[in-house]
Amino acid sequence: MIEAKGLSKCYGKQRVVDALSLCVPAGICWGLLGPNGAGKTTFLRMLTGNTSLTAGRLRVLGYDVPREALKLRRRIGVVPQQDNLDVDFSVVENLRTYASYFGISRIELQPRISELLKFAALESRADSPITALSGGMQRRLSLARALVNEPKLLVLDEPTTGLDPQARQLIWQQLRALRARGLGLVLTTHYMEEATRLCDQVTIMDHGRILDSDSPKKLIARHIEAQVVEVYGTGLDSWHGAKGEALATRFERAGDTCFYYADDERPLLDALRDYPELSYLHRPANLEDVFLRLTGRELRDD
Amino acid sequence: MPAGALCWLPVWRRNLQVWFKLAGPALVGNFGEPLLYLLGLGYGLGSLVGVIGELPYPVFLASGIICSSALFTASFEGMYSAYTRMAVQNTWEAMLATPLDVNDIVLGELIWGATKSLISAVAILTVAAALGAVDGWRALWALPAIFAAGLCFTAMALVIAGLAKNYDFFLYYNTLFVTPSLLLGGVFFPMDGLPPAVRAVAEWLPLTHTVAIVRPLMTGTALSDVSMHLIVLAFYGGVAYVTATALIRRRLHG
Repeated sequence: MIEAKGLSKCYGKQRVVDALSLCVPAGICWGLLGPNGAGKTTFLRMLTGNTSLTAGRLRVLGYDVPREALKLRRRIGVVPQQDNLDVDFSVVENLRTYASYFGISRIELQPRISELLKFAALESRADSPITALSGGMQRRLSLARALVNEPKLLVLDEPTTGLDPQARQLIWQQLRALRARGLGLVLTTHYMEEATRLCDQVTIMDHGRILDSDSPKKLIARHIEAQVVEVYGTGLDSWHGAKGEALATRFERAGDTCFYYADDERPLLDALRDYPELSYLHRPANLEDVFLRLTGRELRDD
Repeated sequence: MPAGALCWLPVWRRNLQVWFKLAGPALVGNFGEPLLYLLGLGYGLGSLVGVIGELPYPVFLASGIICSSALFTASFEGMYSAYTRMAVQNTWEAMLATPLDVNDIVLGELIWGATKSLISAVAILTVAAALGAVDGWRALWALPAIFAAGLCFTAMALVIAGLAKNYDFFLYYNTLFVTPSLLLGGVFFPMDGLPPAVRAVAEWLPLTHTVAIVRPLMTGTALSDVSMHLIVLAFYGGVAYVTATALIRRRLHG
């Protein structure tokens, strides 16, 4: 689906994507994770032929990009990070106008309109102006719009950012349905839960480079002990010195919370019974732990 | 997909469809403004001015404002409207996720700006004809000339849109180019009376060359140097079009 070799992009002296090489098999859902400024959006822009490559080679669905970008774009759908629906048009007019950019006539599209509206759960809003739609509805319309050309691959830049939980759940269901139909999906997200639920394979990148790629499960197994105990509250330091540090395989301190990692959490939980003033949370390790382990905990404001 | 050369068509059609939605107020403006100018300035000021050359003032004025209106319409469309689609509504970003290329977008916008100039010219010509300020059917030849001028003016405005960081930037162009063109380009009064230095500047304005073609066509006076005037418009328009495409490509494709 995607083959990149030595892919680089520089803006002036800044290397936003740095010698990226990867191979994503066809038909899977692939997640691209990374802190702000990691180069995710730039990579997606390269993927759709919307920015030049400083170095390297890129093939998407067999097309050489950006040389064959226009041919490629006939066969992909794009859901941008910020909705760019046409506010001068209604819901249906948005679908028709966008289809016209692909050379799909109104008559050709007509039989599919109701299917697309149903998919977006917007059947009753066909003639609503865009400004009357909620954020979730606009997002669903963006997704439906990306399907007008019946793409083989869907590229989504943070598809659920800013949505409420209900709207997010619906988008997830829709993406899973598309995946089941054999559509390849590429998505970026800041939500590790989203990546875990949707993606067959994720790649974690930072500073334009790939840190690791695999299925969420394998990444967790490779980088993190199976169990995590988060401890916070008064007396954390004395507990840490007396018990925590010794009982955990590994720990991390972040502000007023200490994260203890271990394959067997029971010794930690037993010891915590003697410290009733402390609060704790025990959970299995997740992709967020992997992400923070690989990219660090410091804030990214760039 | 339309064949390669017609890829701009969906971009143009999108703008046309938006225009249709707001056609009511747009047409009131297109017909109302020239009517007010011709009645107010044409007959009001005209009673003081009398004739210019052999032309009654309303006739002189009508053949001028059809040109200045093309300049205003194309400049507004190429700056404010195009900038809104590029930087505010991200309409072009959406187009670039489809098989459309930057070339298609800029060409579609260019032809659309000229189309709007043409719409306003048709309205003005109709009003002027109704008021008897037009010399026969030959005046219809003014329309293709206005379309050509509209291409030139839109291309120039698209350069400014490609450079702009915000709407305020357009005031430079309005003050330094559009207003001087209006005042010096021969719309309201002939250039003969201008001081030589000012006149030298005026000779370089594309609006001057537009008026030089359109006025004779509308008023039935002698037409001269048509190809020279068209070459000037083509030169400005061609350079601006290539520049605008490069600027906008750099901006959208970083």
